[in-house]
Amino acid sequence: MALNRPIKVLLTKIGLDGHDRGFRLVATALRDAGMEVLPVGPWLKIEEVVSIALQEDVDVIGISSLSSDHLLVPRLMERLRGEQLGDILVVLGGIIPDEDVQPLMESGVAGIFHPGSSLSEIIRFIRNGAEKRQSSLIAKVAYA
Amino acid sequence: MPDRARANADRWRSDYDSAVSSAPRHNRSGMLLKPLYTPEDWDKGQYADKLGYPGQEPFTRGIYPAMYHGQGWSRRMLVGLGTPEDFNRRQKEMLASGTTAVNFIPCNSVFRGYDIDEVDPLLVGICGTAINTSEDMRIAMDGIDLARISLGLNDPTPFTLLAFILLLAEECGISWDILSGTSNQSDFISHFVANHMFYRLSLEGSRRLLLDHIAFTTKHLPKWNPLSIVGQHMQQAGATPAQALGFTLSSALYYVDECVKAGMVADDFVHRFTFFFDVSISFFEEVAKFRAGRRLWARLLKERYGVRVPRSLRFKFHAQTSGVDLTRQQPLNNIARVAVQGLAAILGGMQSLHTDAYDEAFTTPSVEAARVAIMTQNILAEETGVTDVIDPLGGSYYVEALTDEMEQKTLEIIQSIDALGGMFEAVRLGYVQSEIGRSALEFQQGVECGNRTVVGANKYRIPEEPVLRTPVERPDPAAITAQYDRLRRYKLQRSQFAVSRALDQLAAAADSKKSNVYAAVIDAIRAGATHGETVGILRQELGFGQPLPMAG
Repeated sequence: MALNRPIKVLLTKIGLDGHDRGFRLVATALRDAGMEVLPVGPWLKIEEVVSIALQEDVDVIGISSLSSDHLLVPRLMERLRGEQLGDILVVLGGIIPDEDVQPLMESGVAGIFHPGSSLSEIIRFIRNGAEKRQSSLIAKVAYA
Repeated sequence: MPDRARANADRWRSDYDSAVSSAPRHNRSGMLLKPLYTPEDWDKGQYADKLGYPGQEPFTRGIYPAMYHGQGWSRRMLVGLGTPEDFNRRQKEMLASGTTAVNFIPCNSVFRGYDIDEVDPLLVGICGTAINTSEDMRIAMDGIDLARISLGLNDPTPFTLLAFILLLAEECGISWDILSGTSNQSDFISHFVANHMFYRLSLEGSRRLLLDHIAFTTKHLPKWNPLSIVGQHMQQAGATPAQALGFTLSSALYYVDECVKAGMVADDFVHRFTFFFDVSISFFEEVAKFRAGRRLWARLLKERYGVRVPRSLRFKFHAQTSGVDLTRQQPLNNIARVAVQGLAAILGGMQSLHTDAYDEAFTTPSVEAARVAIMTQNILAEETGVTDVIDPLGGSYYVEALTDEMEQKTLEIIQSIDALGGMFEAVRLGYVQSEIGRSALEFQQGVECGNRTVVGANKYRIPEEPVLRTPVERPDPAAITAQYDRLRRYKLQRSQFAVSRALDQLAAAADSKKSNVYAAVIDAIRAGATHGETVGILRQELGFGQPLPMAG
């Protein structure tokens, strides 16, 4: 069961880098797949990401990092949990060195897409994760 | 064509058609390729008009008479990591292993126009060197002779790294007029369109700084290239080779136009413009791109600005092998890719080359991978014999026909930009951005449906890939802490009064159309201002650079 609205994705770049080929491609692909995409950036601060996520009630945060800005992501995860937004699906894409993968996943990142990932793979992953999240939200509401 | 030859041609065509059922082939720029090229496609009677001799118009065969027999290309490797000390150590290693010039990469915080104390410490010194002051530059260049080395500074507007170098030269008693090198990343239009990390000041503000910088270096640094017009960012962002060439030449024409409007004489500065291109693995297409670029640049300068001096007509360019072609899967395959890309750059007649390291699709290059990349250049230059003959592909029916078609297609792109009022307007409207986005999407779709093979990624995959990962090099945290201390000390030791006054004067210069802002930048740095303070003031006065958002 899914909510009766499109999956809402905040797609952004944090930190300092500004390479946005992947960011733009993924934004277009998610839109074409029927999701509501908010492409914001580059150079967002962690606090800005959290506040947009809160205001816009997004299901997914996608972060593109080509130049080490992913190092800030564990802090984002902490802030999200602090705002009771820990169930938002956070997905990374770009150049993420192998040795950083495990710490990122442990910090709560749901998925990491390296160069060579296909758009269809990304869409599938986000759809599955977001629908699961939406159903659990519905379940929670029904329970309460 | 004589009857017998005609008959043979017809027979070949019918034999070919009966043997082949696959669809016709296109290159990345969308040109339909024939299966075979013959004298019907390129007639050698056009030799004098279309090719000529190296170092002579129309420069198709190269911009210098002796090409690599005279002076080899400069073998550059981007170097930047950690602290100024780290840079110095790595740069000296690279010089010892065959690089012939410096290519300085500051850290991302510097690229964004900040000092290290303005950004998150986690991001400092990771993808380049943390350099904020003239003191940092003194350490970075220690023992490297500024008078003898060619300096590539990745130094967007307002060119603070060059200001550091100018002060250092003064200290060493080296006269500015013998400094040679290039202000890479000076093409702000390319940063507005793609690779926004370098985009610091508003379009108008960047334009002002660049024009003053060109005027300043033309007068005081006759061996310096103040402008490197960059096709690389756009091609990496998705532009086809033809689009990258067309958009880049359109930018170049815009810059010439602006300099001329500002009262400069084209022949006084155009010979100091250089170009920077991506070189993809689409081998013949890249060779044709560079050959067509030389011919077109000379032609456009003559037609539009009446430039006549031969040195002004030379299309000098640096090439970097394309990172987009590299794969994370089976990374050693990238060595083969880089070798082919590098060969295309050589046969395309570049003046300077950076070869990518094989690990760039997953990390900042390791020392070993960077060494293999430079050794690949050494092998191409000194083992293969490909430089024994100048422009060895010249006269190939295919390469000449493709060069002609590339020239035509590029010219059409330039005309479409002209129709919008030139490159500045075209990027402000988002036209160029959306064209590039469309090409990127088409390319990606080709990869996803398998029409475009990427070995190891969508074909010939290995299920259980052996792990070949060099550990990521990260700067030593203690060294970064020391760098923070150094900046703090630097700020305490300078005359705060002199710095405030110089920054006020910089702000005033930015407000007055009569002053040369770049001269004021140098004065501010001389008074002790840091990189971040300088950029900060100019952002206040001239506006923060924000790229166009994605169309909704």
